[in-house]
Amino acid sequence: MELFGIGLTLIVLFVSFGFMVGVLFGFFGMGGSFLVTPALLVMGYPARVAVGSGMAFVFGTAVIATLKHHDLGQVDYKLGGLMIVGTSVGIEVGRIGVFYLEELGLASGVIGVTYVVLLGAIGVFVTRNALKSDGDDDSGGHHDAANDEIDPDAIPDIAKKIQSYRVPPMMTIAGGIQVSLWMVLAVAFATGLLSGFLGVGGGFIRMPAMFYLIGVPVPVAVGTDLFEIVFSGGIGSFLYGMEGGVDLSIVAPLLAGSALGARIGSAATGIVNEGDIKIYFGLMLLGGSVAVAFRQAGDYLGMEVLSTVSFALILLSAFLVSGAVIYSTIKTMRAESKTAATVAD
Amino acid sequence: MIDFAALSPAAQAGVLVGAVLVEAIVLYVGYGALEQVAAPPIIKTIKET
Repeated sequence: MELFGIGLTLIVLFVSFGFMVGVLFGFFGMGGSFLVTPALLVMGYPARVAVGSGMAFVFGTAVIATLKHHDLGQVDYKLGGLMIVGTSVGIEVGRIGVFYLEELGLASGVIGVTYVVLLGAIGVFVTRNALKSDGDDDSGGHHDAANDEIDPDAIPDIAKKIQSYRVPPMMTIAGGIQVSLWMVLAVAFATGLLSGFLGVGGGFIRMPAMFYLIGVPVPVAVGTDLFEIVFSGGIGSFLYGMEGGVDLSIVAPLLAGSALGARIGSAATGIVNEGDIKIYFGLMLLGGSVAVAFRQAGDYLGMEVLSTVSFALILLSAFLVSGAVIYSTIKTMRAESKTAATVAD
Repeated sequence: MIDFAALSPAAQAGVLVGAVLVEAIVLYVGYGALEQVAAPPIIKTIKET
């Protein structure tokens, strides 16, 4: 049976995968799109369709997340507007890079290797961080962490040094903080380049970059990042759409699943301690990295089975971690309910 | 009925982005309404079982 040109089985797969990605995005506040583009690449979609559709999915997810965060007043529109300028240029350069590599027949390989390195590096960082803090650390990647106080000692020296460079013109952002316009544009360009090249929102890089390199307070960095992703994702989708890179039959079911999953993931942030699950998130990123590496090896060696293993790994890691979030939420709710009942007695 | 294939590439891209935007807003509102109705009984069931 077919709907909108794709099989029902594929629609169910996309909605389920979108749901799992949504739970992860809603809970961790980042990382969702990182799974989508590799999954589409593994499924055999051409690089421009995988990146373009991944970007359109990021755009839709960011619209939903921004609508939710709008009322929190955590968006600096002036900073966001400037970030959009730098990001747009970066996306265009990244997109040109993808099409150029595609002409050379290298796009899938280079994007795949970049994914393996980036996912692997971030996965190692998150896992090591989680093991070191033994589940007590709430910092990084969590939208609710935006409300936490930041210890100045937690800012690395290199970041303090970069922040101390006051290259004019300076501008004032939310909280009365003075920042260099050039630094804002440089961070925006670099993250835009990554967005255009990999088809990701870039929030997992931009949010810490805004905090560490520009000195934007975390709550403002989170809100502005979401606002910015709406524009960068929208512009990126438009540019890829003009080249036939956006497939609505992929994006629509993914979004239908992720919008529901994101609500559950967001609700879970108020119940479960992120530190308890962070290690699974790090392992999931590592799983994604290994999966893309398997696919690359499969393509290189001409072994179809490695691509199948790769696809199964991506689905399995997303399933396990989103399942861990839901399971921990239910467990915590039941435990709290029992405690409340005991106290009442 | 608009012939999508007859539109210019820019117009086609605009329609695609617009469709994703509309879907996102509809999903936000729709799931929001569903959450209001379905969340309380689901939470009650989880806590009581």
